[in-house]
Amino acid sequence: MSPSAQNKNVGATIDKLFRLTTMFFAFLVFILLFGIIITLFIGSLPALKAFGPSFFTSDAWNPVTVQFGGLVPIYGTFITALIAMLIGVPVSFGIAIFITELSPVWLKRPIGVAIELLAGIPSIIYGMWGLFVFAPLFADHVQPWINDNLGSLPLIGQVFQGPPMGIGMLTAGFILAIMVIPFTASVMRDVFEIVPSMLKESAYGLGATTWEVVWNVVLPYTKTGVVGGIMLGLGRALGETMAVTFVIGNAHELSPSLMMPGNTISSALANEFTEAVGDIYTSSLITLGLTLFVITFIVLALAKLLLIRLALREGKQS
Amino acid sequence: MSQFNNQRYLRRKFVNGLALSISVVTVIFALTFLVWILWTLFSQGFSHLNLAVFTKMTPPPGSAGGLLNAILGSVYMVLFATLIGTPVGILAGTYLAEYGKSGWLAPTTRFINDILLSAPSIVIGLFVYEVAVNSVGHFSGWAGSLALSLLVIPVVVRTTENMMTLVPSTLREAAAALGAPYWKVIVNVVYRSAKTGIMTGLLLAVARISGETAPLLFTALNNQFWNSDMSKPISSLAVVIFQFAMSPYEDWQHLAWAGALLITLFVLGLNILARTLFRSNQSPS
Repeated sequence: MSPSAQNKNVGATIDKLFRLTTMFFAFLVFILLFGIIITLFIGSLPALKAFGPSFFTSDAWNPVTVQFGGLVPIYGTFITALIAMLIGVPVSFGIAIFITELSPVWLKRPIGVAIELLAGIPSIIYGMWGLFVFAPLFADHVQPWINDNLGSLPLIGQVFQGPPMGIGMLTAGFILAIMVIPFTASVMRDVFEIVPSMLKESAYGLGATTWEVVWNVVLPYTKTGVVGGIMLGLGRALGETMAVTFVIGNAHELSPSLMMPGNTISSALANEFTEAVGDIYTSSLITLGLTLFVITFIVLALAKLLLIRLALREGKQS
Repeated sequence: MSQFNNQRYLRRKFVNGLALSISVVTVIFALTFLVWILWTLFSQGFSHLNLAVFTKMTPPPGSAGGLLNAILGSVYMVLFATLIGTPVGILAGTYLAEYGKSGWLAPTTRFINDILLSAPSIVIGLFVYEVAVNSVGHFSGWAGSLALSLLVIPVVVRTTENMMTLVPSTLREAAAALGAPYWKVIVNVVYRSAKTGIMTGLLLAVARISGETAPLLFTALNNQFWNSDMSKPISSLAVVIFQFAMSPYEDWQHLAWAGALLITLFVLGLNILARTLFRSNQSPS
């Protein structure tokens, strides 16, 4: 074999080796997801064996008698995320409209940077701010007003009645809303920007107002992307830990009132996991973790699929 | 008839004005909270930041002290997490960008990676607890690093892939035409031109894990004393802030604010650095 041919052989071997190495690491990322699900499932087996499916419908949480149920944290997770979405989505929508349609060019960058800063602040800072600054203010000025004005409404009044403590589901949901705004708003801004200006200009040419263009042209064109952005925010809100743990109050009681302290899956884990004694207690918490992971997985996967669909349609048109 | 048209016109104008004003209000709403949070943080943080914070250990309740061991623990864990996560992320990203045109592995991995990017970090902590704490029998700094590295990987994979696909294929073809094998093309040409972009991703990843608390709670746990042994429980700034801020002791709360300021300055500084680095790379220089 001539030296050059040997060289070529060596080159080809290294080539193959390199390819296989990168493939191995890609496979590692791929397998990580299943690793997480399987590990958590094994960890949650003792609790699932002890309580069966009723774990998800029971509101018991008693370390002394070893009775556990996930209803309260699961309920809390959904309710806080729902509050966050009710506040966060319209605000994000407004911000995205402002950046894409209203803002003068020189203002676009600073506002974009400000929103990114909001996303960059670590979640523990939101929690501290919520506990020390926002919650006392909320208890003194906002909650009494809500009690007086919304608490007497028929049917839903109960939801707004409660002691003005500052901490609770409503506060947690509100802080979550501020945290998801940057994520949702930046996705919305990105998808609004892909609307062809020809479409918008023809609507303007027909005499449409800015709002009519946004509502009747931009939004229909980008609706899958907008929903994707909302789902992305929802995924964040469901799994956020530190900001919620500070202000939720860590109470395992089911209450219709949003003013009462509650619990979310992530805050229950943060508060109790290291102190949990006994297999069943630990395993119950792991079951909660698995539940959270499955829920966020579904939400994020849907978000991703919607955004991919929008991108595909974009590709076809251009 | 003209009266009716006029009314309709006014109504449309009114709706437009209302909607756009609300849009301006939402921007002000978000900016208010940004300024409010930062203002609280700076005023509280700077008033409790002093030399002792950097030179003394975390104190028992009721006495003065600093955050030295927590800062050290954070630096150690972030450093090792980056060292573990970066190669894995870059190589996996390379596969997605360079070999990912065919087959099922690349699209699926890309999809899974995007989900891991936003997965709740506390669940990652639980996973590492099961794998690296429960099986060994004790909490450790290594477990904390591992948990953080699992948060680094998706960020690095994502930016590496994006930056490598931005490299024009003519560059690859030119190198290949000179007879370079593909791995050399990737290492010497593609990596080199995507270098700044990949660095940006790395900085963003470090910024992300520096402020993370949830995955450390039950992996690295906490340690009140000076510890540089990664196989033992180790303290971290974020966990100490959490513990101190939730405590009823004022001294502890003050230290928590000082620590919070340090973390935020570091994280926001890295974010800004990453963005300026990326922008200077984008503009033709």
